[in-house]
Amino acid sequence: MGKIKGAVVVNTERCKGCELCIVACPSKVLALSKQVNAKGYNFAYMANEDACVGCSACGYVCPDACISVYKVKVE
Amino acid sequence: MTTKDIIKPENLVYTKSRILNDTPMHYCPGCSHGVVHKLIAEVVEEMDIQEDVIGVAPVGCAVFAYNYLDFDFQEAAHGRAPAVATGIKRLMPEKYVFTYQGDGDLAAIGTAETIHACNRGENIVIIFINNGIYGMTGGQMAPTTLEGMKTATCPYGRDTAINGYPLNITDLLVKLEGTRYVTRQSVHNSASVRKAKNAIRKGFENSKEGKGTSVIEIVSTCNSGWKMTPDQSNKWMVENMFPAYPIGDLKDI
Repeated sequence: MGKIKGAVVVNTERCKGCELCIVACPSKVLALSKQVNAKGYNFAYMANEDACVGCSACGYVCPDACISVYKVKVE
Repeated sequence: MTTKDIIKPENLVYTKSRILNDTPMHYCPGCSHGVVHKLIAEVVEEMDIQEDVIGVAPVGCAVFAYNYLDFDFQEAAHGRAPAVATGIKRLMPEKYVFTYQGDGDLAAIGTAETIHACNRGENIVIIFINNGIYGMTGGQMAPTTLEGMKTATCPYGRDTAINGYPLNITDLLVKLEGTRYVTRQSVHNSASVRKAKNAIRKGFENSKEGKGTSVIEIVSTCNSGWKMTPDQSNKWMVENMFPAYPIGDLKDI
């Protein structure tokens, strides 16, 4: 059976670090970065890349539409 | 397979709608307004009606909605969005006209306009963001503020003996003959976001058929007004707002 792998790209300049994506993620992939963007917000990033299944839950709940989700089936 | 191999255009499953432009939104981090703007943009893109949709922006936090959504917009005086939308829809019946209003705008100063537009059965969509507080002006009590809820103007909690009872305006609108579709949704998790999107899409489709007003209430959070983190305010909303404003379709004919 194929395994599904996902990846998330965060638009770091748009991100306001509200943490809603981190709460929404069922696989606990995302975390807030220690770095800050130009506005001084800690932005979200993929802390646990291997766990992502590309379910898009983070993208749906993101109020600033800064998350793009990619998904691929690995044979 | 590394993350780099996955991030390719052919594997893209979710991204920002092109209707939502690149202007950074002025909303506080975690504000529900951003999610609802995004849903409207997605619905407009999916229905391919960018040229045919006209929004009416309210007074409130969403006053700058026209900066973010890439289609025609009209700004209305405080509470008057349904009246302005009525005019636009009657002059241009082929357009999709919607208003985007908060609870201070729709349920306080704009109560008359809202009720009469719905009673006339104008073929518009009313998107009503209910967070129980006046967000933009600094968190004052709104008509929809829950009993016992603390705001800047009722710091000891809303006392119904002095301040009256929370106004459930959507339930009032259900009883009017002119409304066709009345629903209450939320955007606190991915499942509810999908449902809210379907409701908005249904509202836009209804307005084409000319059978009455569609009212979509979105029970939302105002984490800075409520003085909580975005996650805490979502949980607070589920515990406290949902019993007073239950989620679901109230009318669908």
